[in-house]
Amino acid sequence: MMSERTSNRIFDIVNIACVTLFVLFCLAPFLHVIAVSLSSNRAITSGEVTIFPIEVNWNAYIQVFTNNAMIRSLIFTIILTVATTVLCMLFTIAAAYPLTKSKLKGRMLFMYVIIITMFFSGGIIPEYLLIRDLHMIDSVWSLILPGLVSPFNLIILISFFNNIPPSLEESAEIDGSSHFRTLMSIVLPLSMPVMATLALFYAVGRWNGFQDSLMYINNPDLYPLQLKLFQMVQNNMVSELTQMEGASRTALTPESLKAATVIFATVPILLVYPWLQKYFVSGVMLGAVKG
Amino acid sequence: MLLCPVFLHRRRLTLSKASYFRRYWQLYALLSLPLIYFLIFRYGPMYGVQIAFKDFNLFKGIGGSEWIGFDAFREVFGMREFYSTLRNTFMLNFLDLIISFPAPIILAIMLYEIKSVWFKKISQTILYIPHFISWVIIGGIVYQLFGNQSGMVNGVLESMGLNTIPFLTEKNPWLITYLFTGVWQSAGWGTILYLAALTGINRELFEAAEVDGATRLKKIRYITLPSIKPTIVTLLILNLGKMVSIGFDRPYIIGNTAVREYSDVLSTFVYRIGLESGQYTLATVVGLFQAVVGLIFILGSNYISKKVTGNGIL
Repeated sequence: MMSERTSNRIFDIVNIACVTLFVLFCLAPFLHVIAVSLSSNRAITSGEVTIFPIEVNWNAYIQVFTNNAMIRSLIFTIILTVATTVLCMLFTIAAAYPLTKSKLKGRMLFMYVIIITMFFSGGIIPEYLLIRDLHMIDSVWSLILPGLVSPFNLIILISFFNNIPPSLEESAEIDGSSHFRTLMSIVLPLSMPVMATLALFYAVGRWNGFQDSLMYINNPDLYPLQLKLFQMVQNNMVSELTQMEGASRTALTPESLKAATVIFATVPILLVYPWLQKYFVSGVMLGAVKG
Repeated sequence: MLLCPVFLHRRRLTLSKASYFRRYWQLYALLSLPLIYFLIFRYGPMYGVQIAFKDFNLFKGIGGSEWIGFDAFREVFGMREFYSTLRNTFMLNFLDLIISFPAPIILAIMLYEIKSVWFKKISQTILYIPHFISWVIIGGIVYQLFGNQSGMVNGVLESMGLNTIPFLTEKNPWLITYLFTGVWQSAGWGTILYLAALTGINRELFEAAEVDGATRLKKIRYITLPSIKPTIVTLLILNLGKMVSIGFDRPYIIGNTAVREYSDVLSTFVYRIGLESGQYTLATVVGLFQAVVGLIFILGSNYISKKVTGNGIL
């Protein structure tokens, strides 16, 4: 019979090994892509590259960063993401704060108007026709306006506002503060964690968003990064399919360049996300518990 | 709960109309912009749904096109592709549920058992990352990993003298690729809700179990698992409610024409017949079908979840 301490120890070791394996499973694809982006074309085509770069060089990154269209798309996407996030936050706050006031007449009606949209939507064809009728095809507004308020995020924010002790707001009101000032000077400063969470959700949603740009944007100057990247991936697919029929692959972009582009589009998210991690965990829970 | 009856407050309102408005006009001003947004961009498309019952013509517009009743529905229900995409939607969602649902539960329990705070933190940070990666980028990574000619996995298989596997171009191996990306993307993020439920466990239970000589595995079996059972059941039922709804990005990007027999789902079908072939009416019918059946599923699963666990989303 094993002593309790050794069996505990074995359990811990096995457990940590399993978690480590899963962490590696999450990381390995990135490591491979990084390795490919840094390796020579010879090493890549001969299939030597797994998760360590071979014959290291930075040519792929130099090519990506000297590609004007790529840099323009990056800058456009960053501006688009920041603008979208700011507008989304303003609209979400503007909707959430009044809806926490139980004395507001018509509050339930407004709540229903919003909640219904969580469960039923017109579908992408009527959405497309609406954008078309509003003359927003090939306009940046088609990428910003349709997703301005996410009902899910709105409900997270309402739940958070509801948890702020009412006495704080009431005392401000007795002092003659207007609703608007109470919101700006008391409610918002107390809500920074949830605001950071929602801003992250909106920003990631816009950064990663792809279907709307596929539907609404035909002008290459307005291609967000994801759409540019998608075309690259799709070219891969086409080559993958035509290769089966024996076509040559000479005209294709080198693997290292594709890998570098993938990393190029991923890094901005990795730069922002870890700093907000402690906030969004509680934000997600709020959304799940209340809803 | 958010939906508390407003009528209770109405009786207490002794303010006159003018002073009520003076006190609350700022709130209505704040609300007006988001409400206009909801009316235009969320309810606008609902007005457009009527083209499912019309012979939609781009030049006549939504209002001017002629009514055709349920003709378009009859046509859609007679399409072979409609049934295959419906089947694929169910199939992919169901397989996803089987493969991707248990992963976060196991992972959360393993994370909960870790005592080293820094190791747990770093693990969580890394495990959450895939959730923030777009399907386009995942598609790029998948190609690099599983491609036939340059994919790493096939490279390794080849160097070991084994046959390569057409992960992207044949339907059954493709299914593995599809499901694999699902686990990879969602397992870490999915632990959050379970970890939240686990923090609520009373530590004294473990101490009492220790006195009784329970092993770690026994403690997991009899304390940890039962305490997250309500969360598991709720999430399972709610996931079953989402069987007809499927995102567009994942099947569209990971899929391709060679595996369309499996990868074509309702969302990609709507896009293809609607925006690529311009059959707006038919595509709207499929979208409306999906929305209505999806609504029934969600309300049904929510009802069941409330009956079984007392938790729901409504």
